[in-house]
Amino acid sequence: MHMADALLTPAVGGTMWAATAGTIAYCSRKVKLEMDDSKVPLMGVLAAFIFAAQMINFTIPGTGSSGHLGGGMILAILLGPYAAFLAMASVLTVQALFFADGGLLALGCNIFNLGIFPCFIAYPLIYRPLVGESPSQRRIFLAAIVSAVFGLQLGAFGVVLETVLSGVSSLPFNTFVSLMQPIHLAIGIVEGLVTAAVVLFVWKARPEILKYADSARSLCGLSLKKVLVGLAIVTVVTGGSLSWFASANPDGLEWAILGVTGSEEVEEGESGLHAALAWLQECFAFLPDYGFAQPETSSEKVAEEAAEAWPAVDAGTSVSGLIGGIMTLALAALIGLLLKRRQRPQVG
Amino acid sequence: MSRIETAFFEIGSLDTLAGGDTFVHRLDPRAKVVTTLIFICCVVSFQKYQLSALLPFFIFPAVLLTTAQLPVGFLLKKLLFVAPFAFFIGVFNPFFDQTILFHVGPVGISGGWVSFASIMLRFCLTISMALILIATTSFNGVCMALEKIGAPRVFTVQLLLLHRYLFVLVGEASRLVKARALRSFNGRGTGMTVFGHIVGQLLLRTLDRAQRIHLAMQCRGFTGEIHQMRLFRFGWHEFFFTLAWSAVFLILRFYNLSQLLGGFLLEFAQ
Repeated sequence: MHMADALLTPAVGGTMWAATAGTIAYCSRKVKLEMDDSKVPLMGVLAAFIFAAQMINFTIPGTGSSGHLGGGMILAILLGPYAAFLAMASVLTVQALFFADGGLLALGCNIFNLGIFPCFIAYPLIYRPLVGESPSQRRIFLAAIVSAVFGLQLGAFGVVLETVLSGVSSLPFNTFVSLMQPIHLAIGIVEGLVTAAVVLFVWKARPEILKYADSARSLCGLSLKKVLVGLAIVTVVTGGSLSWFASANPDGLEWAILGVTGSEEVEEGESGLHAALAWLQECFAFLPDYGFAQPETSSEKVAEEAAEAWPAVDAGTSVSGLIGGIMTLALAALIGLLLKRRQRPQVG
Repeated sequence: MSRIETAFFEIGSLDTLAGGDTFVHRLDPRAKVVTTLIFICCVVSFQKYQLSALLPFFIFPAVLLTTAQLPVGFLLKKLLFVAPFAFFIGVFNPFFDQTILFHVGPVGISGGWVSFASIMLRFCLTISMALILIATTSFNGVCMALEKIGAPRVFTVQLLLLHRYLFVLVGEASRLVKARALRSFNGRGTGMTVFGHIVGQLLLRTLDRAQRIHLAMQCRGFTGEIHQMRLFRFGWHEFFFTLAWSAVFLILRFYNLSQLLGGFLLEFAQ
């Protein structure tokens, strides 16, 4: 469920980058201020542990297929939200660079979807209250499952929103949501069961380890609100400024909106898609510059204009584009080959 | 499992590639990171039906691949490996977007197919650049660049430690998996309960290891900073590299080179 560069526009990708970069800076300061430096190797090694644990697969009962661990919730439970977020961000950075999972622009989105949701929403708002002051086996089990499911649902919804807002994919919001959420419900339940198994094992063998995270949490429990407020401010500011750039440029967020409305569905009027759009618009009403908040020009009108502008691709330009494209590709390859030939004497 | 295991061996080979000594390898990591980011932003900023204007961008990976003497086949294989996500999201476009954009002979090409092709082109460009970046810069180099650009030190130290202990723990996990596989008949013991115990044990061992590492680091005077051996300098080479490529990207972004060249050729042919 890694978001990919190919599906993003710079405005969406940049906004998510800014939001995650801000969170990383904030968490780094927190970790530096509040933790002893014994946590530094602990975070690094636990992040490596997540990779190692992902290598160990298991059979999912009833299906015969095999799954592996995602790890965001385990990190949050063991390290507390701030350190866990940094560890998860480092895991995703390594995945982006070495496994090419998603890509560099999408890294912001991926850290947001898989880091912020489990560490700052699922862990403090669901796992902690459910486990309570006196953890028991049943409580830990329940809390791990519910929080893992919830975190993954939010993450999957994040992927949907980012994709639909970018508009490179033509998948309508409704279809995409009804595709992603059930799949990730299943994945979330499995992830929750596995998380519960590992956490319970640790709790039985070395209960003091889980206490560790508790104390870290109570130290910084107060400022969780600050993270969320800061995140909202960063999102508004960068979203606003980036969509200002985008509107100076013919193909920015307007295209995203177009991608959502699509040129054919316009006639359907107030049915499904438009309801979804209106709902989206409400959700993003706090981003005044986000391109949505332009009540004078209804989205239908924008879409109609674009529908006129779009199919007007003249065959002549397409052919020249096609021929030219093949030529430039050949040129790029040729330059590459020439450079290689020039280098060969040095090598051999 | 073999899939993930081979993926980890390939991390090793990317690190080996990064140990090369060409002009590209010697450049300051900051120049490469910044140029790559500008490249990616230019590529993804095209609107969704753009195809021809994306093709000239292949010049950058092509030049880097050859000047840095990277094995093309290896990178292509890695690219194919991660293609599924972009492919499965993109492949819906032809179903939802059936407006005919242009005709090739009798066959009408719909907007969905064009945007699908565009997604796959973007995918190839952006992902190949991410791989080339790491294969010419090394992970330590990227971390250094991030820190110099302004990433918090706690985070870069975290990245370096993760990279250092990745191989240690992955080796341990692969031995655990092998041991379990050798003792398991008819899939017994591969369920979630045993998994929980195995991973829990690995976790406990990992925590102990972290403690030992901490002690060892303290013995050597760790103060929250990891020192790099190779010193980089942002000199004229780097300045010129970043500026020239960024200019090329901007020109390619605003002028459709394919279109211009094709138009010129057609005119010439007539």
